[in-house]
Amino acid sequence: MTLQGSNLALRFGRTVALDGADVTISPGEIVAVMGPSGSGKSTLLHVLAGILRPEHGEVRLDAQRIDNLPDSRRSKLRLRSFGFVLQFGDLVPELSLRENVALPLRLLGTPRAEARRRAAELLGHLAVAELADRRPGQVSGGEGQRAAVARALAHRPSVIFADEPTGALDSAAGEVVLDALTGLARQEGSAVVMVTHEARVAAYADRTVFLRDGRVAA
Amino acid sequence: MSVSRILLGLLEPRSQHGYVLRRRYDEWFGNSRPLKSAQVYATLGRLDRDGLIDLTGVASGVGPDRRVYAITEAGVGELDRWLDEPEVPEVTASRRVLFAKVLIALSSGRPAEPMLDRQRQAHLARMREMRVQRQSGDLLGQLDADFEMYHLDADLKWIDGAVARLARLAALVSRVDNPQKESR
Ligand SMILES: Nc1ncnc2c1ncn2[C@@H]1O[C@H](COP(=O)(O)OP(=O)(O)OP(=O)(O)O)[C@@H](O)[C@H]1O
Ligand SMILES: [Mg+2]
Repeated sequence: MTLQGSNLALRFGRTVALDGADVTISPGEIVAVMGPSGSGKSTLLHVLAGILRPEHGEVRLDAQRIDNLPDSRRSKLRLRSFGFVLQFGDLVPELSLRENVALPLRLLGTPRAEARRRAAELLGHLAVAELADRRPGQVSGGEGQRAAVARALAHRPSVIFADEPTGALDSAAGEVVLDALTGLARQEGSAVVMVTHEARVAAYADRTVFLRDGRVAA
Repeated sequence: MSVSRILLGLLEPRSQHGYVLRRRYDEWFGNSRPLKSAQVYATLGRLDRDGLIDLTGVASGVGPDRRVYAITEAGVGELDRWLDEPEVPEVTASRRVLFAKVLIALSSGRPAEPMLDRQRQAHLARMREMRVQRQSGDLLGQLDADFEMYHLDADLKWIDGAVARLARLAALVSRVDNPQKESR
């Protein structure tokens, strides 16, 4: 599905975070978002993902306008169509890695056995199968981030949003996570929108959108 | 190659003697390699032959060559082309040329930001190529790609730093360009 944000604007009090940003994410495309600190990268991600509502402009997933849906319908759409990888893997600490990865599928009504099978398959692709029964607190940051990538992919979302997915990792661990995220997303046809301040990370994308002062500069 | 384009850029705001151009060149870009006057006059001769500048007069007085040149329309077009076209990202060459392009853009009254934004995209495109090489190549190919990627990354950081300082740089360049305030 094509995700399109047009003329997006959003302020926080007096701070202009987005000021007429336009961006289109084609099906299966991997796009990096770069720009100086405070240029609106995270805000853009949150607006595209339907977490924040823009004050101006609109967000469409194919023909459907999603920015003005009521909250409950937006969260359902997020759950079904989007996946998320954040800087500090926001895995549920009480659940095992396997249960974390299976969680979006369970919430979407996938039977337990099938969800567990898919979780195990993805954890295998990410080379953390043997850690499946551990909790997030019992694995390294890089291993947890790999589980977060598996969780983001589990329900085959149209778009995966990643905000500094390797920001807390050293470059070797970061590469493993990026290889997995971009490699599997390509295999499964999910698009990826990935905020990063590192050019070496952006090099995994098909193209880079550069933000300045809440607008796309290049 | 870029010496001739730099001289063209320095000539654009107003017509000049060769020796004024040389002084300005050495002030901004001469750190590593000052220009020889023979080189300046040979370059100006070539630019004249190619129709990019015109001899507009000969000043009176003694001293170095008094020939005064002005940029032509074709010269402005060539300067635009040079400034607009991103440099092919190359490990050793691009830094010096990028530095020159930023100063020439500012001193000739052009915005430098769009140019640096295009250059960033050219560097990022090369970075993607190197990443693919890194992923598919053998060990030597990987080390080779790594070398280039780290250098491209350094260039990109320089570009970000330059963009962040453009306003200050423009002020500095216009101060230098204003003859009344020029200190000797
Ligand atoms: N919840 C908020 N309340 C108030 N201001 C905010 C909020 N979120 C973001 N901002 C402001 O909006 C602007 C854009 O913030 P944003 O987080 O999108 O930047 P960013 O490009 O992601 O920066 P960084 O690289 O530092 O993460 C900043 O000036 C920021 O201070
Ligand atoms: Mg951010």
